[in-house]
Amino acid sequence: MTAFWILAPIMVLAALGILVVRKAVHAALLLAVVMVSLAILYLVQDAPFLFAVQIIVYTGAILMLFLFVVMLVGVDASDSLVETIRGQRALALVIGLLFGVTVVIGIAQVSVGAIAGMDTANADGNVQGLAELLFTSYVFAFEATSALLITAAVGAMVLAHRERLVPKPSQTDLAKKRMRDYAEHGRHPGPLPNPGVYARHNAVDTPALLPDGTPAESSVSRVLSARGTVKTAPEVADDVVALVERDNHSTAGARPTRAASPASSDDTDGEEVR
Amino acid sequence: MSATTMVRAADDLSAFGGDSVWVVLLKALLIFVVLVLLTLFNIWWERRVVARMQHRIGPNMHGPFGLLQSLADGVKLALKEDITPKAADKVVFVLAPVIAVIPAFVAWAVIPLGPEVRIPFTDTVTPLQLTDMPVAVLFVLAVASVGIYGIVLGGWSSGSTYSLLGGLRSSAQMISYEVAMGLALVAVFLYAGSMSTSEIVEAQKDVWYGFILVPSFVIYVIAMVGETNRAPFDLPEAEGELVGGFHTEYSSLKFALFFLAEYVNMGTVAALATTLFLGGWHAPWPISIWDGANEGYWPVLWFFGKVLCFIFFFIWLRGTLPRLRYDQFMAFGWKVLIPSSLAWIVAVATVRAATLDGGIDRRYMLYAIAAVAVLMIGLFLIGGGEKEEEPAEAEPEPFDAFAGGYPVPPMPGQAPASHPTSTMSTTSPGSSPESRQES
Repeated sequence: MTAFWILAPIMVLAALGILVVRKAVHAALLLAVVMVSLAILYLVQDAPFLFAVQIIVYTGAILMLFLFVVMLVGVDASDSLVETIRGQRALALVIGLLFGVTVVIGIAQVSVGAIAGMDTANADGNVQGLAELLFTSYVFAFEATSALLITAAVGAMVLAHRERLVPKPSQTDLAKKRMRDYAEHGRHPGPLPNPGVYARHNAVDTPALLPDGTPAESSVSRVLSARGTVKTAPEVADDVVALVERDNHSTAGARPTRAASPASSDDTDGEEVR
Repeated sequence: MSATTMVRAADDLSAFGGDSVWVVLLKALLIFVVLVLLTLFNIWWERRVVARMQHRIGPNMHGPFGLLQSLADGVKLALKEDITPKAADKVVFVLAPVIAVIPAFVAWAVIPLGPEVRIPFTDTVTPLQLTDMPVAVLFVLAVASVGIYGIVLGGWSSGSTYSLLGGLRSSAQMISYEVAMGLALVAVFLYAGSMSTSEIVEAQKDVWYGFILVPSFVIYVIAMVGETNRAPFDLPEAEGELVGGFHTEYSSLKFALFFLAEYVNMGTVAALATTLFLGGWHAPWPISIWDGANEGYWPVLWFFGKVLCFIFFFIWLRGTLPRLRYDQFMAFGWKVLIPSSLAWIVAVATVRAATLDGGIDRRYMLYAIAAVAVLMIGLFLIGGGEKEEEPAEAEPEPFDAFAGGYPVPPMPGQAPASHPTSTMSTTSPGSSPESRQES
């Protein structure tokens, strides 16, 4: 009973939190809290197998899959509220009501006395008792459920599957394609230039500089340029300006060698700054 | 009928649950201390073994044989500056290392380190295991799957692309390799008739399951390397591609927690492998002839000896194998490990069911299986002969000196043409550099 009074407020708070929090990952995390607490409640109620399965299947596999998808689609993606399947909401309402009625009937059986209790159920051991029920009285329901699950899995695979219409390009084909691109469009056949070559920084968002001092667009990832987070050479060289000015002020007249060294190490860059 | 009743009997866990509070606290404290010490030792051991494999010496200055080196490194790591990136999700960022490290310790609660012993200076007799339950092995799996959350959330909350990719890889890796791992354990459950660790160890009194369930053992060992993110399966933290993967942005004590979790997890999967396949705390063969080998505190020595053998195997793998490519790694998990373990479970279950209840004698069954295997291998060898002749007839392509508009040398077996082909006139290579500058 102590476990219940400790876990119940946590579960309720976490469940309410799912509705309130903004980020999908936070919601998933709170859902995990609810599920693990639920599993511990199962354990307290003498159902250790259900406890393990709840954590392995729901927390470990299904919720992890949620997280995986949330991370893949983008962390801040928001749901569209357009109903794609007609009558979905009405159906969901009906099925939810049916489920609620089932739960109420199930719990109401406690007062009728139709429930044997866990002590009777666990007489042969929890796992053994569960196995015996699953593979004798409820074997048809068990098999039907597993068939349903397999059908769903195969269906998902069929929907996601795409026949390959053209053969997969081999390494030879790709090399030939590169040479053809060079001949026809003049595209450089070798690897792309690295970011940051001849620039002040060698970070991935700093373009390399061509010999004439102009930035090489192809040296920065397309994703970064689409986001507009590419730095320009003068922008990253502002500390050079500050350095040069400070040195000019402090030691007026005699130009020290230290001020010249950072600027001369990236000559084209320094030129642009001044 | 006696066999059926044996299989369906409830687990006898009467030895557990009767400890007084101070015994439980003592055991929990000892597990914690042992695991931290084991981690310090393992780090030192890994560095020494890898050094020996690379013809170096490794840490040997601080303490005897350099044993205190990891302690010094640990203190240094904890005292470093703790950096939280600006883009990080603060709460989850702090929570993630904690989520990673706690399950690693919790899993050891159900690992049997030895039989029932008397605590020195008292009359209390207690098993060398914090607790046990009918689903202890599943409990270890469940706890391990919670531990992966630490890695995934750490990767997500760092606000860095590398970390996110590491976290993504980790979640995919965990889902695929935990399936193979769970399937590898099923055969052990079938043979032991129980999922409680102490019962499984008890069932291996005569013969270890590592010998009779070889495929399960091999699959488990492979899956456990994948589950702990160790080389060659350390894709979530592949330093060549992802800097540090999920822990790129972590520093100081938070990084130390991830580090601790990884090493404790190595110990956990090794301990589980020992428990399920190498007889747990039972003494290995030549020693087991001595009657006292499985009594008192000796079994602790055998147990940790076996665990350290697995740790050595981990280190050996790291020192030897290059990291797998990600798609190959996934294909290996889903297309090789899972189907083969499914087939193996069906085979084990069939043999078990057929020999139970006084069915077919196991010897005849093994003869039949051997005959079918020989037949299959024979068919495979006969059938395999025809395929090899097919690809030989590919005729060599005619040599094109300007394939794709660029001069190329002839391939082996191609005769160079006496005159250039018409490709040259359509595309002139000389024009290319100009067009390149335009782009």
